[in-house]
Amino acid sequence: MNRQTYIQLQNITKSFGTVVANSKIDLSVHKGEIHALLGENGSGKSTLMNVLSGIYTPDSGSIIIDGREVCFKSPADSIAMGIGMVHQHFKLVEVLSAKENIIIGQKGNFFINQKRLSEQIGKLARKLGLDIDPDKKVYNMSVGEKQTVEILKVLYRGAEILILDEPTAVLTPQETQKLFDIMRKMREMGCAVIIITHKLNEVMEISDRITVLRKGEAVATLDKSATNINELTELMVGRPVDLSIKRLENQKKETILKVSNLTLVDDDNVKVLQNVSFDLSKGEILGVAGVAGSGQKELCEAIAGLYEVYSGDIRYEGESLVGKTPREIIKKGVSMSFIPEDRLGMGLVASMDIVDNLLLKDYQNHKGFLIDRKPLKEKAEQLVKRLDIKTPGVNHPVKQLSGGNIQKVLLGRELDSNPHLLITAYPVRGLDIGASYTIYDLLNEQKAKDVAILYIGEDLDVLMELCDRIMVLCNGEITGIVDAAKVTKEELGLMMAGVCLEKIKGGSSYA
Amino acid sequence: MDAASLAAYAALFLTAAVKAGTPLLYATLGETITERSGNLNLGVEGMMLMGAVAGFQFGLITRNPLFALTAAMLAASLGSLIFAFLTVTLRANQVVSGLSLTIFGAGIAGFIGQKLSGQVVPASVKAWFYPVKIPLLGDIPGIGQILFNHDILIYLSYMLAIGLGIYLFNTRKGLNLRAVGENPAAADAAGIGVSLYKYVHILAGGALCGLGGAYLSLVYVPAWQENITAGRGWIAVALVIFVAWNPYKALLGAFFFGGLDILGLYLQKFDIKVSQYIINMLPYIVTILVLVFTSIKKSKENAPPKALGVPYFREDR
Repeated sequence: MNRQTYIQLQNITKSFGTVVANSKIDLSVHKGEIHALLGENGSGKSTLMNVLSGIYTPDSGSIIIDGREVCFKSPADSIAMGIGMVHQHFKLVEVLSAKENIIIGQKGNFFINQKRLSEQIGKLARKLGLDIDPDKKVYNMSVGEKQTVEILKVLYRGAEILILDEPTAVLTPQETQKLFDIMRKMREMGCAVIIITHKLNEVMEISDRITVLRKGEAVATLDKSATNINELTELMVGRPVDLSIKRLENQKKETILKVSNLTLVDDDNVKVLQNVSFDLSKGEILGVAGVAGSGQKELCEAIAGLYEVYSGDIRYEGESLVGKTPREIIKKGVSMSFIPEDRLGMGLVASMDIVDNLLLKDYQNHKGFLIDRKPLKEKAEQLVKRLDIKTPGVNHPVKQLSGGNIQKVLLGRELDSNPHLLITAYPVRGLDIGASYTIYDLLNEQKAKDVAILYIGEDLDVLMELCDRIMVLCNGEITGIVDAAKVTKEELGLMMAGVCLEKIKGGSSYA
Repeated sequence: MDAASLAAYAALFLTAAVKAGTPLLYATLGETITERSGNLNLGVEGMMLMGAVAGFQFGLITRNPLFALTAAMLAASLGSLIFAFLTVTLRANQVVSGLSLTIFGAGIAGFIGQKLSGQVVPASVKAWFYPVKIPLLGDIPGIGQILFNHDILIYLSYMLAIGLGIYLFNTRKGLNLRAVGENPAAADAAGIGVSLYKYVHILAGGALCGLGGAYLSLVYVPAWQENITAGRGWIAVALVIFVAWNPYKALLGAFFFGGLDILGLYLQKFDIKVSQYIINMLPYIVTILVLVFTSIKKSKENAPPKALGVPYFREDR
């Protein structure tokens, strides 16, 4: 195989204020290889790739592409060198159509030939085995479709270096496989593909070589064939990590939450949740699986009092929560932490520091007109220590922390209120192993304290290991509630696609 | 009044509405491309005043309409350059910067205009702006008189509105501009020079506002008077929302608001007594109604550019 070095990053250093995100990083990528960039949260993977794609200007170091040293003043320079990046938070214009998004910033005729453009994009899509409607507006697209547009955008420019930042975080297992096929196709075409990820089994499946980053430094570059998951984890985290999630056995205890025939409608009167019934007992973790947008968010919000109930009932310790305000529900010991795709949308105020974000939920418990920050500052410091939150200080705006640390702040605050029922949605979204396991441990800790947990998750492996039971949603309806220890991944996948449990098991046991 | 003379009177009113709407149209088109780049420039009133006074002053000195119009555009662009530097390069607050520009422009126009009060536009300049009937189109009954029996600047405004519509919706540059206003980070990642686009369109937008102002002082009035714009810049800001950042709709919207502007004058004939103050409120009341309806509909197509008013910094995290 062709093993010539295509991209070479030498001694790249980049810092933001006092935070050094990249420190003297060397990286070389060959033509026709899939190179995985692996690292803990805040280890500088995205920063490094943003340097390569011209978004960040490095403080020092050099970039050599195809033997020539280049200096990127803007993303335009990087694009001109054949580099294309699919960002973790998609960079798409919502009100424009797929094809318009694909050609923005492109050179070409002054006027746009709509018909020919659609044909070109259709042809490219077919060549890669992608399915796309060039005239569909981005705001009408699912996450998977948006990613397809992003990939086409990059390939339409004829990019020879493709950078994917956490591409599988939002995909179903089937979509992930499709993405991998495209990546392999690109490798065959002689392109260099760099994938940023923290999912180790994906790294082992798709990559040829792996570079591990830790705390802004490149620790090692390995051939996939010469390494294994345990070694990679150790390199990433800096110490051996136990990769199994322990499931605390729970004895059947009293029911704390009982949802019956819950139906919710959206602004256009479309049912987003239909006849959902389940119950949750103390010390139990009930997992919720489903393709993104199957009604998980609405379910969480309805329980927390943020979404109007259309019909049905939600009973918490025997008392109906329907019609209660969020504050009343919080007072009863229900706590919700929802991690939206952009991580900051709900729950935290980005420009405020940790102390003030804690205050947001705590101020009601104080007497008097003025606020006293001192006890909360102590609490914030405890939180930082206990959850190992990486921050220059508790008075630092949370938006400047890395994603995982922001999530720790949010979850930490929710746990701090000692809830009896914890609703947590995507708590490990986009997190690396080390941080994820901290979160799983935290949840188990709560479980041991008899807290009932509703866990909305993405990773089926984790759901199966962590939860007691798993409820599967498809288009707002329950397609099955199963015992997590007895179900298989394939069965879950089928239920996520809308096949009822009865059909799979022939009408046998409801766990 | 019989039907025939009523129709003639209505045609007269509509012809006047087109003329009254022209300064609004220029300013609205200018503000539309400015806002499409994601920058909310509330200095329209100030830039119109700067254009009005510069156009008038240079018309007096040079007696040449082209120099006068060029001076008007340059003066207003200079105003918008201040705004662009503050908001694009220094990423200052756009609302405050725009408001200061309005106050600054009014001050300049007042200062220079002191000596101009009562002066009239020279005949050599005026001669350029006499109504010219367009052959064929001007002969269409009704429409011909209303739309195609005007001065050259009105025809230019038609072409500008249509040209900008084509630019915005059918060309690559226009597409890039929309991307910059909607999501500058996406535009930047796609290799578009975000700051350059912003500067170019803020400056061009300023020039158009200046042209709108010059139309007032050189053609519409045509003499110098204190505060010649009388709030038209603010109406233009409202109009941009009314026409949903669309140059084609701006054409209709501007004539509609032009009609509202002169409504009081033309109602006098019918012995309907409506206070001029109420009439003056109409454009704003209509804008409020439009805001109410568009917010209820929540149409994504008619929404403002998503990044409007938000400064862009590439390395922001």
